[in-house]
Amino acid sequence: MSDQFMHTSAETDVHAMGEMHEHPTWKEYKWVALILTVITALEVWIYYTSLQNSPIFVPLLLFMSVVKFAIVVLFYMHLKYDHKLFKALFTGPLIIAMCTLIALLFLFGKFSGR
Amino acid sequence: MTTAVASHAHPPTSTGLDHRKIAIWAFIGSECMLFASLISTYLIYKGRSVVGPFPHTACNPPLCAVPLKPILNIPVTSFSTFVLLMSSLAMVLALAAVENRGKPGYEGILGSSKFWLLVTIILGTTFLGCQAYEFTSFVHEGLTIRTNLFGSSFFTLTGFHGAHVTAGVLWLITLLAIDMKRGLEPKDALLVDISALYWHFVDVVWIAIFTLVYLIK
Amino acid sequence: MATAAVSPSYAHAESTANSGIWSWLTTVDHKRIGILYLFTALSWFAVGGTEAVIMRMQLQGPNGRVVSAEVFNQLFTMHGTTMIFLVVMPLSAAFFNFLIPLQIGARDVAFPRLNAFSYWVYLFGSLFMNVSWLFGMAPNGGWFGYAPLTTMAYNPGLNIDFWMLGLQILGVSSLAAAFNFITTIINMRAPGMNLMRMPMFTWMAFIVQFLLVLAFPVITIALVFLQFDRFFGTNFYTMTAGADPLLWQHLFWIFGHPEVYILILPAFGLVSEILPTFSRKPIFGYPVMVYSGILIAFLGFGVWAHHMFAVGMGPIADSVFSMTTMLIAIPTGVKIFNWIFTMWGGNLRFTVAMKFAITLVALFTIGGISGVMHSSPPADLQQTDTYFIVAHFHYVLVAGSLMGLWGGIYYYFPKFTGRLLSEKIGNWHFWLTFIGVNLTFMPMHWSGLYGMPRRIYAYDAGQGWEIFNLMSSIGAYIQALAGILFAYNIFRSRKHGEIAGNDPWEAPSLEWSIPSPPPDYNFEVIPVVTSRYPLWDIKHPELTTEVPHSRHGDERNDVSMGGKHVGAFHDHLAAGTPEAGVNPNAKQASSKVSLKTAEELGIPMPYPTIKPFWVALFMTLMFASLLMIHKDMLHLAVAGVIGFACLMAGFLYAWLTSPLEPAHH
Repeated sequence: MSDQFMHTSAETDVHAMGEMHEHPTWKEYKWVALILTVITALEVWIYYTSLQNSPIFVPLLLFMSVVKFAIVVLFYMHLKYDHKLFKALFTGPLIIAMCTLIALLFLFGKFSGR
Repeated sequence: MTTAVASHAHPPTSTGLDHRKIAIWAFIGSECMLFASLISTYLIYKGRSVVGPFPHTACNPPLCAVPLKPILNIPVTSFSTFVLLMSSLAMVLALAAVENRGKPGYEGILGSSKFWLLVTIILGTTFLGCQAYEFTSFVHEGLTIRTNLFGSSFFTLTGFHGAHVTAGVLWLITLLAIDMKRGLEPKDALLVDISALYWHFVDVVWIAIFTLVYLIK
Repeated sequence: MATAAVSPSYAHAESTANSGIWSWLTTVDHKRIGILYLFTALSWFAVGGTEAVIMRMQLQGPNGRVVSAEVFNQLFTMHGTTMIFLVVMPLSAAFFNFLIPLQIGARDVAFPRLNAFSYWVYLFGSLFMNVSWLFGMAPNGGWFGYAPLTTMAYNPGLNIDFWMLGLQILGVSSLAAAFNFITTIINMRAPGMNLMRMPMFTWMAFIVQFLLVLAFPVITIALVFLQFDRFFGTNFYTMTAGADPLLWQHLFWIFGHPEVYILILPAFGLVSEILPTFSRKPIFGYPVMVYSGILIAFLGFGVWAHHMFAVGMGPIADSVFSMTTMLIAIPTGVKIFNWIFTMWGGNLRFTVAMKFAITLVALFTIGGISGVMHSSPPADLQQTDTYFIVAHFHYVLVAGSLMGLWGGIYYYFPKFTGRLLSEKIGNWHFWLTFIGVNLTFMPMHWSGLYGMPRRIYAYDAGQGWEIFNLMSSIGAYIQALAGILFAYNIFRSRKHGEIAGNDPWEAPSLEWSIPSPPPDYNFEVIPVVTSRYPLWDIKHPELTTEVPHSRHGDERNDVSMGGKHVGAFHDHLAAGTPEAGVNPNAKQASSKVSLKTAEELGIPMPYPTIKPFWVALFMTLMFASLLMIHKDMLHLAVAGVIGFACLMAGFLYAWLTSPLEPAHH
C-alpha cells in the first residue's frame, strides 16, 4: 500500500498507468476494424435490399449500430481494459442520455404508430 | 525515496489515474447529452417538414417547385463512414506506437506514431471533404439550413458533428507537430490517449448518426 | 513562485505582492478565485435585489405607475436570470472553489488555470448580459425565454440576443468548472479520504457537478437552435414551417429541472456541515444523506415535464411525471428528517449560521410541500402561472438556497478571511431576513390562489389582491434592509472582526485544521484521514465513538505518506492548533510565526498567469460580436467572430503550452 503512495511525480504516474492496463495490440485492432467494416457493409447492403420494407429493418439496423458503437467503445476506447471509473463516467451519462432521448420521442408521439 | 524529494512533488492521485483522463471522460459523458439533444430534435422533426426536399422520399409539386429525388446520398456517406471508422484504427495504432516505443514488434511502420497520426489526420480531413461535398450538393439541389425543418435539423446535427471532427483534426495536427519537433515518448502517451478518446467518441457519434439519419427511413 | 519568494510569510504577503489588482487578475489559487466568486455574486445579488424591490414598488398597490409594462418585463426576466445564474450558482461556486480542496485535503483543484478561466468567463458573461440595461434592451422574455415568443417574429429587439448569448457564455463557465471539480474530487483526496468519509458539502458538490455536466449541454443546444433561428433564419421554432411549440419547453426543462437541484444541493451541503458542528453530534444517517442526494439528482432528470402540465401532454405523460415528482419528495423528506435527528438531543449552539441553517430546514419544507401540491396535474392546473408558483419557488430558492448560503457565509467567513462576522449585526440580519422573507412570500400563496397571474405589471383594485401585495412589498423592503446590514457586516468584519483562529466553531472537518485564512499551499503536510470527523477524533473523541467508518481497524498504523508516519499529521495538528477559546491574539501571533512559504517548504505552486483572463475575454467578445448581425453589420460581425476566435485560440495555445508550475526536481 505504501509503495503505491510513493510514486511522486506525474511522470511515474503516467508510466504506471500505461503498464497497469495492458492495451490490446495490432492483432486485436485489425479484427475490430474488419468487423466494423463488415457490419457497415451489411448495413448499407440491407438498405438496398427488399429488407428495407420489412418490420425487422429498423430493429436490425439499430442492433448493428449498437454493436459497432459498443465495439469501438470497448476496444478502441479501451473501456474493456481501463479503470472501472471510466466505465461509470461514460455509461452513467450515456444511460441518462438514451432515456431522455426515448422519453422525448415518446412525448412527441413518435411511438404512437404512423 | 527520500522525504526531501517527496515534499517537492505532488502527492499521488487518489485513483492512480491522471487528472486529464478523468476530465476527458467526464467531458465525453457531457457530450452524450449534447448529441442526444441534437439527435432527439432531428428525430422529433423527422417527417414534419411542410416543404421539400425530403431525406428519403421524393418531393413533387406542390410541395416542391420542381420534382426532387430523395436527397440523401447513401453511397458517398457510406464511404465517408468507412473512412471515419478506419481513422479510428489509425488512431489506436498511433497510440500503440507511442506507448510501445522501442519495444520489440514496434520497429517498423507499426512503431511510427508520426505515420499513424498523419493517416488519421488525412482520413479525418477526407471525411470533412465528403461532408463539404454533401453540403454543397444539397444547397445546389435546393436544401439549405432555412428551407425546412429537415434542413435546419440535419445541417445543425451533422454540422455540429463536423465541427467536432474539425476540432479533433486540429488537435491531432498539434500532436503531430509535437511529435515532429521532439518525438512522442511513452511518457507522453497520455497526450495521445486523451485525444484518441475524443476522436473515437466523435466516431461513435457518427455511427449513431449514420444509422438514425441516413439509413432508417 | 515569484510572489511567494519575496514575501517572508503568508501573513505579511497580504499587504504586499499578493494584494495588487494584477495578483487578482493572474491568480490561480482556488481560495482567491472562491473569494472573487463570492464578492462578484454578492454584487449581483444587490443588483437582482434592486430589481425585485422596483417590481414590488410597482405592485405595492393597484395600477402602479413606477415602471412601464416593457420595463417590468425586463425587470422580472433579469431578476430571475440574475438570481439563478449570477447569484445562487456562483455563490455555490464560491464555496466549491474555496472548500472542496480544503475538505478533501488537497493543495489546489485539478486544473488551477481552468478554474481561473471559469471565473473570468462568469464575470464577463454576467457583465455582457447586464450591459443590455445601458441600451434599454435588457432581456424581456422571462427567465425561461419560451420560444417561439423569443423568436424574431415576436421579439425582434436585441433583448433576447443579450439573454441567449449571455446564457451560452455562462454555460461555458459552469461546464469548465464542473469538469474541474469532478476530477478534483475523484482524484485529489488525501490518503484515507475515501468517498464515504468525505464531508457532506463535498458530497453534495460532487453530485451537483454531474448535474451541471449533464444538464447544461441540453440548454446549450436549445440556445443554439434559438440563435440559428434568430441569426440565420432556421425553422426550429417557426410554427408555420411545422415546428413544435413544445420543443423549446421540453429542452429547457430537461435542463431546468436539474438546475433546480443545482441551486439547492450546495445549500443542503452547507447546512449538513453547520448542523452537526453546532449540535455537537455527527450527522444523523450519513450514508442515507449521501444516497438521498444521489437519488434526488438521478430522479431530477425524470421529472422535467411537471413544469408543463398545462400544455396538455396527455394522461400517460401527466401520470408518469406526476408520480416521479411525488417520488422525488421522498429523498428530500429523508434529508429533512435527518437534519432534525441530527439536532435531536444535541448540545445546540444558536449562532447566526445555525439559525440560518435551521431556517432552511423549516422554510424549505414549506416550499417542498407546495411543490408536492403542484405534482398533481389537476391541482397544478389551478396554480400554474399564478403567484402561488412564485411563492413556491421563492420558498425553495430564497428560504432554501439563500438561507443555506447565508448560513454558509457566516460559518465559513472566518476561514475565508481569518475574522468572524459580527454575531450582533448578524442577528439583526437574520431576524430581518426571516421576517422579510415570510412577509414577502407567504402572502403570495393567497394572492395566487385568489387568481393573481404571474408577470403582470399592474392590476385593478377590487380583486382582493391589494392587502397581500402590500404585505409582499413591505416584506421586500425589509429584506432590502437586511441585505444592507449584511453588506455592512461583511465590510466591517473584514477589517475589524474578531480574529478567528484555525477552528472557531470546534468543527470536525479538515478545513478547520489549517490557519485562517489558509496559506496558499493549504496543507503543510498532506493529512492522512482515518475517519469522517478527523478533528473531533483528536479534540473530542467522545463525539465520534459511535460513528461507523471511524478508524478502520489498524489503519492508523498502516498508512504512511511521503515518508512520514500517519501519526505525523496528528502531531502536526496538535502542535499547530492551540485549543480554541484561548486568547485570540496568541493564535494570530502563532500563525504568523509558524507559517512558512511554499518555497521554503519545497511545495510546487502553480505560476500566476493572465492567459485564462484573455481567453475568457476574447471568448466573450466573440459571442458579443454576433449581436451585430441584427444591426445589419454582417461583415463586422463575421470579422469580430473570426478575429476574436483567433485571439482566443492564440492565448489558449499559449496557455496550454506553458508549464503550470516549476519543473519537479
